Amino acid sequence: MKRKSLVLKSGLSGVFLIAIMLFLISKDVSQSYVTVLKLKTQCPPGFKKNSSNQCIAVNLYQQYDSPHDNGVGGLQTSLPEIRDGFSPQQIDLGRYLFFDPVLSGDGTVSCATCHDPKKGFADGLPTSIGHNGQKTKRGAPTLWNVAYLKKLFWDGRATTLEQQMQEPLFAAEEMNNTPKHLLESLNAIEEYRVMFAEAYPNKKIHEAIELHEIYTAISAFQSSLISLNSKYDHYAHGYHEALNANEIEGMNIFRSFVARCAECHTPPLFTNQQFAVIGSPEPNGLPLDPGAQVPFKDTTLRGAFKVPSLRNIAKTAPYMHSGKFKTLRETVEFYTQGRGHAVPKDENLIIHWHIWEPELSNYELDRLVDFLKTLTDETFIPQIPERLPSGLQPST
Amino acid sequence: MKTIFKFLGAFALLAIGILVGKNYFADNSEATVPIPPGMTYRNVGSTNDTLIAQSNSYNGKIIEVKSGGSIQEAVKNANPGDLIRVYPGTYSENVYIDKDNIALQGIVIDGEWPTLDGKKKINDAFLYSGNGILIENFKIIDYKGNGIMGQAGNNFVIRNNWIIDTGVYGIFPQFGKNGLIEHNVVSEIADAAIYVGMCDNVDVLHNETFNSVAGIEIENSRHCLVENNYVHDNTGGLLAFVTPGLPIKTTFDVIFRNNFVVNNNTPNFGAPGSTVAGIPTGTGVLIMAADDVILENNIITGNNNTGVTIVDLATGAPKANDPNSEGNPDRTIILDNIMFDNGNETTGELKAIMLTQLETKGPDIFAYGNGSGTIRDKNKYRTFGIDHWGPAQITDTKDVRTLMLPEPVPIKAVSKAELGELTYYGVCAGCHAFGNRLIGPPTEIIQAIHNGNPQGIVNYINNPKNLREDYPEMPPQDYLDDAAKIAVAEYILAMKPDEVTTSLNP
Repeated sequence: MKRKSLVLKSGLSGVFLIAIMLFLISKDVSQSYVTVLKLKTQCPPGFKKNSSNQCIAVNLYQQYDSPHDNGVGGLQTSLPEIRDGFSPQQIDLGRYLFFDPVLSGDGTVSCATCHDPKKGFADGLPTSIGHNGQKTKRGAPTLWNVAYLKKLFWDGRATTLEQQMQEPLFAAEEMNNTPKHLLESLNAIEEYRVMFAEAYPNKKIHEAIELHEIYTAISAFQSSLISLNSKYDHYAHGYHEALNANEIEGMNIFRSFVARCAECHTPPLFTNQQFAVIGSPEPNGLPLDPGAQVPFKDTTLRGAFKVPSLRNIAKTAPYMHSGKFKTLRETVEFYTQGRGHAVPKDENLIIHWHIWEPELSNYELDRLVDFLKTLTDETFIPQIPERLPSGLQPST
Repeated sequence: MKTIFKFLGAFALLAIGILVGKNYFADNSEATVPIPPGMTYRNVGSTNDTLIAQSNSYNGKIIEVKSGGSIQEAVKNANPGDLIRVYPGTYSENVYIDKDNIALQGIVIDGEWPTLDGKKKINDAFLYSGNGILIENFKIIDYKGNGIMGQAGNNFVIRNNWIIDTGVYGIFPQFGKNGLIEHNVVSEIADAAIYVGMCDNVDVLHNETFNSVAGIEIENSRHCLVENNYVHDNTGGLLAFVTPGLPIKTTFDVIFRNNFVVNNNTPNFGAPGSTVAGIPTGTGVLIMAADDVILENNIITGNNNTGVTIVDLATGAPKANDPNSEGNPDRTIILDNIMFDNGNETTGELKAIMLTQLETKGPDIFAYGNGSGTIRDKNKYRTFGIDHWGPAQITDTKDVRTLMLPEPVPIKAVSKAELGELTYYGVCAGCHAFGNRLIGPPTEIIQAIHNGNPQGIVNYINNPKNLREDYPEMPPQDYLDDAAKIAVAEYILAMKPDEVTTSLNP
């Protein structure tokens, strides 16, 4: 008995000692982080900080109205409602998370892998490549101006960024993480815990990071990616010298009722945020992507995809949901090659009524491309962090 | 040979005679005929005649365009408030108007119209995005897209135009509020001759539309009065639609009043896939999913399929579903109308349905699918599908003189300080921040340099000079509006430091 209790006692005190040592070590570790990354206290460009420390979007389109506040119309029309109101700290924390491969299961893939700021926040691939070189089914859409979008994913199956990001984070062929592992890896990084406490002031410094805080921060960063100061915008606000004769001709073709581009790619965002079945072809050998039919369980939406915004479109080749077209020229040409010309013979899609036979000439197609290139503006491009709390290299 | 000279000589003598006679005997003074006592004619300004109900004013300069000139050149030189007068001649161009308050007025002389001729090569005759656009007295022929198309632009007036075969639409305002479309004659259009799309508060009055697929179409629009139009020999006459899949989802409060909707029996030549391609030949009035449509005092005769068809979306439009588009035509009201001689040659689905009723003739009023309505004097008409409709709760709409707004839609008021803020955060903040260096110098350094001198900032914006070796050269921001430049300069000078001024992380 005595022996046993002695063993027990020494064992207990041993555990105690180890615990104290661990405590001291961990204290040491946190002390070594005196140069912890400090989150920005100022809003990114395009946002003004209000007295509640929220970043509120401010841009020249706020000079205008739009019909039914829908954010569709002509040149001087206000934008759709934006998702804003995040704090500068949340936005900046989201920036670190966005570029940090620690968010993926094996620390190799970050959000920026497929949404690379150097590639228009897309990846330049027909369909994206995720964890372990696995090919996904669709192309990565740009994140520029994503704060204005009400439908996310090509098939519109998510309505918030928080909801959206959980799919790539936890999909086996994308970032291949699990909620549990994500929390474990972030909580193990002291610096992130400090940063999260800074971004969420109601949180105690050693309280564990929670999933919704990760989602909010990444949403905050994504919502800060604003591109509204292109040559086209200069024209729209009244400086008609901003576009040359070819570009203006392209703009008039774009909005005419022959080409009808603006009917769905409606300014000022260059999307009306609706679904459209346009019958664009899949890359060779791939079956037809049923698109919105699947999440909405509606056969009339077979082959339907969300109309994408065309802002910064020149930066995000290849085009269409699975990257069939390498250039803008090929893409615009698709629309004049005949209604439903690329639909597989055994399919009976309800092609959108604006897809018709506009008989655009080569000259007109060239002008359309000229115009599309005027929608480029990356002046508010965010900085890629030089160092990440995970110690990993910022990956794009 | 001789006889020809004789003939010419006689002709010349005759011409001289006419000329001499005109000069010597004609009374050159113009006279007005006095009004007989007791007669009270309407005086200009004392009535609600829409010809003078025009609240836009164009009191800028007058720019004249004569044959051989370019209307677009005139638009380029025009400022808001200017009137562009176009003289007879042929103008083959696409005129686009991205400015507010511009009036384009054709001058018809001796029956010669200023004519925009697209030669089947040019897309659109007029394309506008500005507010307060007036387009009147033009003949527009042979375009591929539209005669007149608006994309946004409130307070528009489109009148007295003569439009033939301009492609998909004759007159097509889209995303506009408060507009007037009147006294236009539009024909040979492959979709709707007059198409009001995603608009509000539009009057469509006194137009003639014919030989087109659709006469007048009100689509995803609200508060529209369609009155006194002569709509004949189209595939379908008057249409009130909800089309699913558009960003603005509803159609309601539409009055079809005092129109002639006659003999709309032209075979459908709409483009495959277009909404109107599904309209059965011989349709007088078609209400699809639109709510609160009132039919009053129309003469609806000789339409070979039906006088009036009322359908829900599920029946009427085989399109991709839109859960946000409500598909039932609710609360249709049919007041007094004249309808006879409709349904003489039914087609398609209706023919099959009528056969089940042991009828070969189509009805005056045909309702199919879901929806609701009321009707005054139901027994007057031959009807199908409205047995459950009760009597209308109103007898007429005479108190509704117009569905346009009493005043023009105001242009959003933005103060100088607001404009300065929008410009600073929307443009300048890409490179400048208060308290730290982004790309250009911090804002407080700009303040220090230009203290009390906003014009100094404006000059620099227009023509930057690289003053600092350690900073990149600023690109000119001369594209900004003059008002925005001075507003942002003043805004910058008035800015106060943020409570937190350091942010040194990479």
